[in-house]
Amino acid sequence: MAHDESDRLLSLLSEGRDEFIARWVSTVTSTLAGRITPAEVQQDLTDLYGALIVALRDGGLATRNEAYGEVRSLLTELSRSRARQGFSPTETAFGVFALKEVLEPALSRSEDIAAYLQFARVLDDLGLYTVETHAKTREEIISAQAEQLLELSTPVVKLWDGIVGVPLVGTLDSARTQVVMEKLLQSLLDQNATHAIVDITGVPSVDTQVAQHLLKTVVAARMMGAECTISGIRPQIAQTIVALGIEFGDITTKATLADALRHALRRIEQREAAAGIGGLA
Amino acid sequence: MTSGVEPVEESTAEESPIVGNGDVVRARQTVRTLAQQARLSLVDQTKLVTAASELARNTLTYGGGGTMRVSIVTRGSRTGVKVTFRDDGPGIPDLDLALTDGWSSGRGMGLGLSGARRLADEFELVSAPGKGTQVVVVKWAR
Repeated sequence: MAHDESDRLLSLLSEGRDEFIARWVSTVTSTLAGRITPAEVQQDLTDLYGALIVALRDGGLATRNEAYGEVRSLLTELSRSRARQGFSPTETAFGVFALKEVLEPALSRSEDIAAYLQFARVLDDLGLYTVETHAKTREEIISAQAEQLLELSTPVVKLWDGIVGVPLVGTLDSARTQVVMEKLLQSLLDQNATHAIVDITGVPSVDTQVAQHLLKTVVAARMMGAECTISGIRPQIAQTIVALGIEFGDITTKATLADALRHALRRIEQREAAAGIGGLA
Repeated sequence: MTSGVEPVEESTAEESPIVGNGDVVRARQTVRTLAQQARLSLVDQTKLVTAASELARNTLTYGGGGTMRVSIVTRGSRTGVKVTFRDDGPGIPDLDLALTDGWSSGRGMGLGLSGARRLADEFELVSAPGKGTQVVVVKWAR
C-alpha cells in the first residue's frame, strides 16, 4: 500500500514539477521578506525538489533510508547557511513545511488524502531535521565565538625592549586567567623580557578570585626572573580591594599603564647603570 | 548597624538562579544595573558588585547553588540596593570562624565573606548545619 502511495505521489510531483517549485519558491520568498534573493531560494529549492523526487523513487517514504542521503545533505547545507545568515529555526523549517501548503490543493482529492498524509509525515521529519541542524550550527558558532573571545581578549603586547604588557578586558574567570598566564610567561621567554605589566583598566570589578588569579600570575612571572607590575587600579577598585582586605604585599601597583611603563623603564635604566652599560639600547 | 526607626520599603525583587559560573557573571551585571538605578556612587556600585560577586561564588561553591534576589529599598529619603543569597547547602557550623579573615574551608583567600561584610552597609548571615545559608547585604546611596 505504501508503495502505491509513493508511486502516486511520485507521478504527481514529477508532473507538476515546475508549477510546484514556482509556488514553493514564492511562498518561501514571501516569508523571508527580502533578506535572501528569490534566485537563491529558487536554486536551493529546485535542487531540493529534484533530490526529493529521487529519494521518493528509490527509498519510498522512509526518511531514514540511504536514498535520502542527498536530501539530508542539501538540507544540512541549507540550514547551516540560514543559521549563519541569522534566520530563525522557524523560518528555516518553514522552507520545508511550505511544500505541504503548496501540495495541499493538488492532493486534496479523497483518493489522494492518504498519499498527502504520508508525504506530510516525510516533510515533518525533514523539517525537524533542519531545526536540529540549525540548532547544532548555532551551537557551533557560539562555541567558536567563545573560543575566539578567549584568544582575542588576551593579547600580550611588547611595550618596549624587555617590557611586555597584557591589557585585560572583561571578566577574569579561571579559564581566561589560565590563558593569560600561559601567554604572558611564554612571551617573557620569547621576548627576552625582564618586565611584565598586567593592566586591569578594562576589568570592571576585582573580587578575591580575580585578585588570587592576579597574584598567582605575578608570582609565576617572578619565578622566571621578571618584575611584574599591575596597572589600571582605579579609585573604586583600590577602595574595594582595601575593604576586602586583600594584601598585594610587595607587588608594585600603578594607577595607569603610563605610570607602570615609566616605572619599568626607570628600573631597566637603573640596572643598566649599575652594570655599567648605561642608556637604553 | 540598622539606624533610623523609619520602615524600609522594598521594590519587587528580581530572583535569579545561581547554578553555574555564568550566573556569577550575570549576578554581577544585575546588581550593577540596579545599583546604577538606585544612584549609588561609582565606588559604592563597585563595592556592592564585588560583595555580590563574592557571595554569589560562595553560594555556588559552598552552597552547591541557590538563588539571588535583588531589590531597590527605600528608607525615608534614602535609597539603596538589597541583595539576598540563599542556598540549601550544608550550612555553616561556626559563623564566627567563617567570618574570620583568612579562614577558608575551600581553596579561596578566606576573605570573601568577611570582605563582603566590610563592603556592605548592612550584612546579615543566617546559617546552621543542614539548614542552608542566607546572606543579605544592603548598600545605601550617600
